[in-house]
Amino acid sequence: MPGSLHIITLVKWVPDAQLERQIGEDRRLIRSEGILGELDEHPLEAALQIKEQYDTEVRVSALTMGPPGASAAVKKALQIGADDGFHLTDEALQAADIWTTSVALTAAINFVRSTASDSDFLVLTGMASEDGETAAVPAQVAARLGIPALTQATDVVLKDGQLDVDRISGRRFQKVSAPLPAVVAVTDQANEPRYPNFRAIMKAKKKPTTTFSLAELGLTHYAVESKVSLLAAEPRPEREAGEIIHDDGAAGQKTVEFLSKEGLL
Amino acid sequence: MTQVLVFFDRVDAHLTPAQAELLTHADALGETVVVTGSLPAQGAAPLAVKGVTGVLTGDGPIYAPNPALAELVATAAGELYPDLILGSDTPDTVDTLSQAAVSLNAGLITGATGVTGSGAATKSVLAGSWRTTAQISEDGPLLATLRPNTASQQVVPAAEPEVVELEVKASSVVRILEESELPDSGRPNLTEASTVVAFGRGVDGDVTLVEQLADELGAAVGASRVATDAGWIDHSAQVGQTGVTVSPQLYISVGISGAIHQKAGMQTSGTIVAINKDEDAPVFEIADFGVAGDLNDVLPQMISELRRRKG
Ligand SMILES: Cc1cc2nc3c(=O)[nH]c(=O)nc-3n(C[C@H](O)[C@H](O)[C@H](O)COP(=O)(O)OP(=O)(O)OC[C@H]3O[C@@H](n4cnc5c(N)ncnc54)[C@H](O)[C@@H]3O)c2cc1C
Ligand SMILES: Nc1ncnc2c1ncn2[C@@H]1O[C@H](COP(=O)(O)O)[C@@H](O)[C@H]1O
Repeated sequence: MPGSLHIITLVKWVPDAQLERQIGEDRRLIRSEGILGELDEHPLEAALQIKEQYDTEVRVSALTMGPPGASAAVKKALQIGADDGFHLTDEALQAADIWTTSVALTAAINFVRSTASDSDFLVLTGMASEDGETAAVPAQVAARLGIPALTQATDVVLKDGQLDVDRISGRRFQKVSAPLPAVVAVTDQANEPRYPNFRAIMKAKKKPTTTFSLAELGLTHYAVESKVSLLAAEPRPEREAGEIIHDDGAAGQKTVEFLSKEGLL
Repeated sequence: MTQVLVFFDRVDAHLTPAQAELLTHADALGETVVVTGSLPAQGAAPLAVKGVTGVLTGDGPIYAPNPALAELVATAAGELYPDLILGSDTPDTVDTLSQAAVSLNAGLITGATGVTGSGAATKSVLAGSWRTTAQISEDGPLLATLRPNTASQQVVPAAEPEVVELEVKASSVVRILEESELPDSGRPNLTEASTVVAFGRGVDGDVTLVEQLADELGAAVGASRVATDAGWIDHSAQVGQTGVTVSPQLYISVGISGAIHQKAGMQTSGTIVAINKDEDAPVFEIADFGVAGDLNDVLPQMISELRRRKG
């Protein structure tokens, strides 16, 4: 279907940041439970807005790489509004570093693309995963695909195959443009993600999900060997609560006294 | 001797504190060459710093987010065979080093708090609740971005380094249509300030008292996401998981509940003082000194006490 657009959103299944997160004895993050990363709802929302506004046919696929439980993230993405889901899962991807993640996700993106006839494509990602927090995967995926990476996007507009992206880089604001295909990493400033309603949840049950392993991507375990490994991990000692006073009309003075005593003035 | 390639996306007339800090890190590790997308009109003069032995640029300026910046770093690395390629932990630098790591077939660690010449890096993960040490598994180079406030900024002046142009040109695929810089608030830079006064929903749109307190203390002003989303201050002031991480000597939290996402950006501060009218606010769990009270009462008391002490 020439002229059509295929948006692939990368969504990660992460341990809920509201609960206590732990790194185990094996120096791996404990991933027994998780959610679709909240920051990855923003690229999904951006994709759905493009789909609603773009004048050709748009297909939105959600792709995740993670353990079997990560299918929950795909399911949530389908409920929010993605058309189909893809889940790459393989034992060899445990403890994947940035390098490995981007190798595997790039191959997976090519796999997902091969399920559509020659349409334009756009990869949308979150600004950072809530567990890895490296913010490096989008640019590495773009480099491997040989296409531009536009990160820190606060607004994404697509017109006639041309992307206009507002981005913030430190104290510098930019409006940049690039042709498709591209990778755009969307921040939490870009939009307000929608919640799936009952209808959408019902509809999602009929949407297709494809689960695949490295072998189906033609990747050997050697091809996904991490470049970086964790030597040590320790919890930071928790801060302890100090003195709490109630304002009786002089709390401000007492606070300044505290600062003065601590040598902070 | 460890060879360090330091990447700056741009060099302006004066080094930024983060750039000075990175050069201090690099100088402690070995011999430094700087590779940069652009130099100011006076050339390499701002890089006339002890430890910097040379400067590499492209053929004409290359500005972020142009993908040629990564090609520039990879080309520089192809000439020098560095053990380490370092940059500041800013989005543009993370992008460039991430892309360069692909062409160099090399490991990458972002947001590090320290690196060694042998390719190990420490960092704080899971919203600052864990500390990890990671190591590249093969012979280098290791590419890493370093967080601010992880070294002193003691740059020592030295002779101006020589500049060599590499044959890398800006790509035309990404075009910058508009660019502007946020106006200077006149206050210290948030990530580098020794004191930060941060406010949240509790100020209910009125930042006057917070700004007065900050100015009495010579502090930078930060905010919670609720406060930046409401437009009470620019997004660049947001402290937390999706804003900046700060680690000042003193962090004063005003009318902020202390959600995990906010804590992620400030819990490594030296001393935390919290003012919140809800004595059960989670911020009190990590505060060294807390005031349960209305900020509209407590801040004026603090301001007048500070003024009284100054006499
Ligand atoms: C993926 C994700 C990323 C996020 N990233 C960030 C981030 O980077 N930074 C961030 O800050 N948040 C972030 N958030 C939002 C975060 O979860 C909280 O919602 C936010 O920090 C709350 O801001 P607040 O404390 O100002 O508001 P509230 O939680 O509403 O707290 C306001 C506080 O002010 C107190 N108060 C009210 N009136 C007064 C008064 N007169 N005097 C004294 N105290 C008063 C109240 O008791 C209350 O404790 C993120 C959320 C998500 C999901
Ligand atoms: N395992 C994964 N599966 C799907 N998407 C991912 C994965 N890891 C990273 N991403 C995407 O890349 C973005 C940045 O992740 P990171 O570089 O880990 O901070 C995330 O917001 C996701 O969109």
